Amino acid sequence: MSIDTQLDLWEVFIQQKAGGNHTHAGSVHASDKQMALQNARDIYTRRKEGTSIWVIPSQYITASTTEDADMLFDPSDDKLYRHPTFYVMPEGAKQI
Amino acid sequence: MTPQEALFKYTLRLGDNALIQGHRLSEWCSKGPILEEDLALTNIALDNIGLAQAFLKYAADIEGKGKTEDDLAYKRPERQFYNHQITELPIGDFAVTIAKQLLISAFEVPLFSALSHSTDETIAGIAAKGVKESRYHFVHSRDWCYRLGEGTELSHSKLQQAIHDLWAYTGELFEMAEEDTILLVAGIAVDLEELRPLWKETVATVLTEATIQIPEDGTMHTGSRNGVHTEHLGHILAEMQYLQRAYPDATW
Repeated sequence: MSIDTQLDLWEVFIQQKAGGNHTHAGSVHASDKQMALQNARDIYTRRKEGTSIWVIPSQYITASTTEDADMLFDPSDDKLYRHPTFYVMPEGAKQI
Repeated sequence: MTPQEALFKYTLRLGDNALIQGHRLSEWCSKGPILEEDLALTNIALDNIGLAQAFLKYAADIEGKGKTEDDLAYKRPERQFYNHQITELPIGDFAVTIAKQLLISAFEVPLFSALSHSTDETIAGIAAKGVKESRYHFVHSRDWCYRLGEGTELSHSKLQQAIHDLWAYTGELFEMAEEDTILLVAGIAVDLEELRPLWKETVATVLTEATIQIPEDGTMHTGSRNGVHTEHLGHILAEMQYLQRAYPDATW
């Protein structure tokens, strides 16, 4: 892989409508937080995708490793009772 | 000049400024310093072209000769274009582009803000859209001025040179022509003399923060209110109008 010479990398999170979650949209290059916000706006909200943007330097993301995947995620395989499928949706509620 | 002629020329001017500035910025497409900035500049270009389309469409309606915005953009000769000369100047290097955008956006924000209260509802509507876009263009170019001005010795000197070279083209922004005076009385146009101190203060604040010296007001270039342009507009039009000139009314 070639060395990235295009400024620092930032992760971009976009909120699609007010009150909703910010979800990961992708990443941008930028030298400071204002530039990161502007670049994120220009790249990820051109088609009215967003109402709010978060940017965070990629270096501050701590990620789990693939080697740990067994340990971290397999134990939940046989715990179906943790799914909320046994609840009845209250009438009129869009989400619980 | 009748009020209708004044409104036609005034609307053309607003459209031409956006069209030529948009065309110049579009030259950055695929040539930006990084992908993100490439998109940022072409986004600003698209904002401008959208604004040009709206203003020129209205101009065509006012003229009442059954023309479209495309006829006005692609079939008018150079001497009938009324864009400020600063918009037609070459994009130069990145510092020149940013300096140009700063000087223009600092003018457009108060202009569109005032025009959004115009008694002409169409102009007010287009300006209300334009002011939101211009605010973003201003912030984008302002932040780049800070970075270039306080960046390296080279970036500082390039921005300083760009501001110095462009300064003589800023006087034209505030010239009141016959159409301005006629439309000002009707509450349609804006008193550009009132915008001048606002513009100066905004630009001075940014440049001071960016450690860039503000040039003295010397002799200013003039002419665009009468369709007089620099050598550069003809070249833009030759490229922009080629297809419609070679194949009139071509569609695809």
